[in-house]
Amino acid sequence: MIKNISNLGDAALYCDFGKEVNKETNSQVIKYFKNLKKKEIQGIINLTPSYNKLIISFDLKKTNFNEIKKKIENLDLNETKFEPKKRIEIPICCNDDFSLDIGRLEKKLSLKRDKIYENFLDKEYFCYMTGFIAGMPFLGDLDKNMRADRLETPRVKVPKGSVGLTEQFANVYTFESPGGWNIIGNTPIEIFDSSKIENPNLISPGDTVVFKQISLENYKNYNE
Amino acid sequence: MNSFFEVIRGGINTTFQDDGRNNLYHIGIPFSGAMDKRNYILANSLLGNKKNKPVIEFAYQGPLIKYKGNRISFVITGDVIFKLIKKKNEILGNCYENYIIEDGDQIDIISTNKSVYGYFAISGEFDLKYQWGSCSINTKAKIGSNNGEKIQSNQKINISHVKPNQFKKKLNYTNTKIEKIRVIKGTNFNYFSNEGKKTFFEKEFVVSKLADRMGMRLEGPKIENIVDTNIRSEGLIKGVIQVPADGNPIIMLSDHGTIGGYPKIGVVISADYDKLVQLSPGSKIKFQEIELSDAETLFKLYEMETQNLISQLK
Repeated sequence: MIKNISNLGDAALYCDFGKEVNKETNSQVIKYFKNLKKKEIQGIINLTPSYNKLIISFDLKKTNFNEIKKKIENLDLNETKFEPKKRIEIPICCNDDFSLDIGRLEKKLSLKRDKIYENFLDKEYFCYMTGFIAGMPFLGDLDKNMRADRLETPRVKVPKGSVGLTEQFANVYTFESPGGWNIIGNTPIEIFDSSKIENPNLISPGDTVVFKQISLENYKNYNE
Repeated sequence: MNSFFEVIRGGINTTFQDDGRNNLYHIGIPFSGAMDKRNYILANSLLGNKKNKPVIEFAYQGPLIKYKGNRISFVITGDVIFKLIKKKNEILGNCYENYIIEDGDQIDIISTNKSVYGYFAISGEFDLKYQWGSCSINTKAKIGSNNGEKIQSNQKINISHVKPNQFKKKLNYTNTKIEKIRVIKGTNFNYFSNEGKKTFFEKEFVVSKLADRMGMRLEGPKIENIVDTNIRSEGLIKGVIQVPADGNPIIMLSDHGTIGGYPKIGVVISADYDKLVQLSPGSKIKFQEIELSDAETLFKLYEMETQNLISQLK
């Protein structure tokens, strides 16, 4: 359930589902998100679900914070059927050219490079949400000893395909973009395909993802 | 006769933009659309177009284009220096005034003046591909018309439904530069020390060179965080001011990432957004705190002002 609703600026609601970040809280967020999406409430223009928050942005020309807040508080939650979940394998190359922040992680985590990869690869991760840039999946949970903060100053350009870690999560940069995650490798596959109108995302919230290491040679020939 | 523009020089960041796209934040696709909505709407209004018609947006240096086809009207809005090059003469153009051009004429959009964005609209339709209900180009995600790419030198822009405007329309309007950006406290306001909060609202910041359609990084005194320099990644909206660990604020703009993990110290009010995006690198700004109800009133006033300008054209 929503624990608290406040305003984010003058054109959005900030719905807080509690501090805990786990699959249960996240499922609540997704439930609200799917219900609201279906209901198409007048004036709401965007919904952004995340681990434990839902941001609802609206058109200030048509409505305002108090009106939308009332509607959310009185929302009748129907049971929404979730789409079938997928298990997706992502190839990753961890060559020096791609593992931009492995040195930083070795220091921050006090772990050797090989140990970091051993902890990370071939494990199942749950997709909590997608976004930041088109199609970027937020995957959890990393082992406790694998959790590091973001870079102090985010990079202006993170290469497309970069796989990054921060806190209990991993992600994949679907495009070249600014970003502050610790980059440990790169995948040659397309995670977001804008030519698909219905489902441009390879990975959706609720799916499971496993990273499989590939060689540099394999990486180079991957799309041939 | 086919009508089209030949792009002789693409300019720095020239894209097609319209009202933007809704309901895609959850997969990571931002709103996009024209950065300065008022100037976008005025461009279409000056030609009697529907207000959500696609236009060409440019930043700093605009394009140099040559027209081929039947007579057509165009208008440029913003604070822009441009030339109309006819076969026999050249004139320096005025913004907010429509002009008729003929086959072979060129328009040289030299630069924006002490601002960033300008708009070019025509009394016809650009031949564009729509993606998720909008032709707005998002170059980072390669979404929208023109294959999601900036308008480049040597490309062609096809036009249909050409008809010149019969009446000269003109608007007396000057873009005023904003110095105080009004903000509502952000959801992580209490992450910052009293000193940090004071710094945010009392000290001057400078727009850095790292400013584009995605965001604007500021430089100035560092804002001290006493709780945590990271938060759980969560949704963003345009106008959110995030402060990463280095203490320098970043303002999210129309092509922003939909999710972010830095504490939010404030959100720029909707009424000040159009003026905010026009601040070029080196501009100085100060933030001023404001309550939600006042922000709502100010937005209504801002909208009324825009409507008044439009009604002067009828």
